[in-house]
Amino acid sequence: MTDKFISIEGIARRYPDAGGGGTTIFENLWLSMKRGEFGCVIGHSGCGKTTVLNILAGLDEPSEGAVIVDGQAIEGTSLDRAVIFQSHALLPWRTVLGNVAYAVTSKWRNWDRVKVKAHAQKFIDLVGLTGSEHKRPSELSGGMKQRVGIARALSITPKIMLMDEPFSALDALTRGTLQDEVRRICLETGQTAFMITHDVDEAIYLADKIFLMTNGPGAVLAEIVENPLPKDRGRIDLHRHPLYYAVRNHIVDFLVSRSKTFAATVTDHDPRNVPVVRPGKPELIVTSTGEDFTEASWPGLARPSTSS
Amino acid sequence: MTASLRIRAAVVSIALFAAFLGIWHLATRPTAATTTMSPEYAKLMGLTATQGKSAMPGPLDVGAKLWEHLRQPFYDNGPNDKGLGIQLGYSIARVGLGYLLAVIVAIPLGFLIGMSPLISKALDPFIQVLKPISPLAWMPLALYTIKDSSISAIFVIFICSVWPMLLNTAFGVAAVRKEWINVARTLEVGTVRRAFTVILPAAAPTILTGMRISIGIAWLVIVAAEMLVGGTGIGYFVWNEWNNLSITNVIIAILMIGIVGMLLDQILARFTRMVTFPE
Repeated sequence: MTDKFISIEGIARRYPDAGGGGTTIFENLWLSMKRGEFGCVIGHSGCGKTTVLNILAGLDEPSEGAVIVDGQAIEGTSLDRAVIFQSHALLPWRTVLGNVAYAVTSKWRNWDRVKVKAHAQKFIDLVGLTGSEHKRPSELSGGMKQRVGIARALSITPKIMLMDEPFSALDALTRGTLQDEVRRICLETGQTAFMITHDVDEAIYLADKIFLMTNGPGAVLAEIVENPLPKDRGRIDLHRHPLYYAVRNHIVDFLVSRSKTFAATVTDHDPRNVPVVRPGKPELIVTSTGEDFTEASWPGLARPSTSS
Repeated sequence: MTASLRIRAAVVSIALFAAFLGIWHLATRPTAATTTMSPEYAKLMGLTATQGKSAMPGPLDVGAKLWEHLRQPFYDNGPNDKGLGIQLGYSIARVGLGYLLAVIVAIPLGFLIGMSPLISKALDPFIQVLKPISPLAWMPLALYTIKDSSISAIFVIFICSVWPMLLNTAFGVAAVRKEWINVARTLEVGTVRRAFTVILPAAAPTILTGMRISIGIAWLVIVAAEMLVGGTGIGYFVWNEWNNLSITNVIIAILMIGIVGMLLDQILARFTRMVTFPE
């Protein structure tokens, strides 16, 4: 039990409807993560990913079950769990420095102005916004705003960083740069992170564990994919790694077909012991390796091009 | 381009004003004296009857009188003859006091209504009934209970300016973006600090808009209220000059009411700009 830094134990979320019944978004969900791990949840819209994250953050309450973080059941929000919001959620009347300092003063209430400023500045520098401290959010680009969001979350030195599709509103180039930043910061500081995403490549690049959720309502955590790629992977040559397509295809297959049919086809699913999959390794469940799979599925690619 | 637009607009404004003055001047030209009468009777009838002078003062009469007022705005020759500045001062003081009281009541109460759905639902029927009541309808009740006409006027200002501020504050507070509240929640910010550091700045533009509507209404109502309570103030001045049949002074008072109203509005507009944040 000691290796479970975060432990979600049998949580459920139900919304009552007008007819006296209710809609179950998910129930009996078990999930755990070790300290320093990066976990990503992937699933279609409506499977309750955001609800899981909000429950972890303390912004929402489970209808059943409990969440234990660092040996303690969570109760409401906490400065130990920082949230990076999808819409960055900066306070528009405060400057960059003001937004970060607001978080710093919330955590250390008796710090004086100089100390708060120095601490906030450190994290503004960390996300590469040196020189923009006195700008207001309206003067920043989307990527810079999200950088402020990250600096604000990191500045309170949380035990866990919770990210709800933090880069989904950004263009591909900015998204890549910020993924690099987040990965660098998490590796350097040993930060435990839990992230929701729609982007399979983002999950493969960032996560140690990828949690696959089936479609809601009545969503379940179908399986946990352990990322077989090395810890020192880089974004540039990620797709050249021999195991990359094995992981990617496994996840995409799940999202395209198995996420819909999972409940009907898998009858012996035990939510407390979700199967752990390591694509490309001996105990692999998927049948094909990366190389064979791509060639078999896309025979057209093997043909020499005739158009040029 | 903007500068030239402003200049062109100013030229049109001045032309319109000149045209207005011209028509006014022409319309109030003296007509030829039509009747002859005995000197005693003529004295009794005044210039209108004897020389065909228009009963409506022309722009030149008003201008001359206005100059007279502006040269001596604060003279005080007893209860019925005070300078325009003194009368406006009384009105502004009453509006200021009533308005200040309304701010003190409406903003905290609006916060409460905006933050608590229970209070909001519980107070809603009272607000809905009280809001459409003409502020002057309160006057007899105020005079009877307060027994002081000047304080009654302040009460009337209070009651008329409280509603827009209350409703706008409640709306602004209730409409603060959930994500900003969530930021405060994840940072474990207490209720009081959250109210001052997140909700107040977020709702400030809406609150100030309510305050701007209120000051406009208060200035509208003070004239009517002072006509009723009498004694001092620009509203009383208008009514007193009507009783004196000094249409010139009535026109000057109307002009002054307009100018002061505009200034009050501009002050609040400036405050609104100060708290408005770009997103």
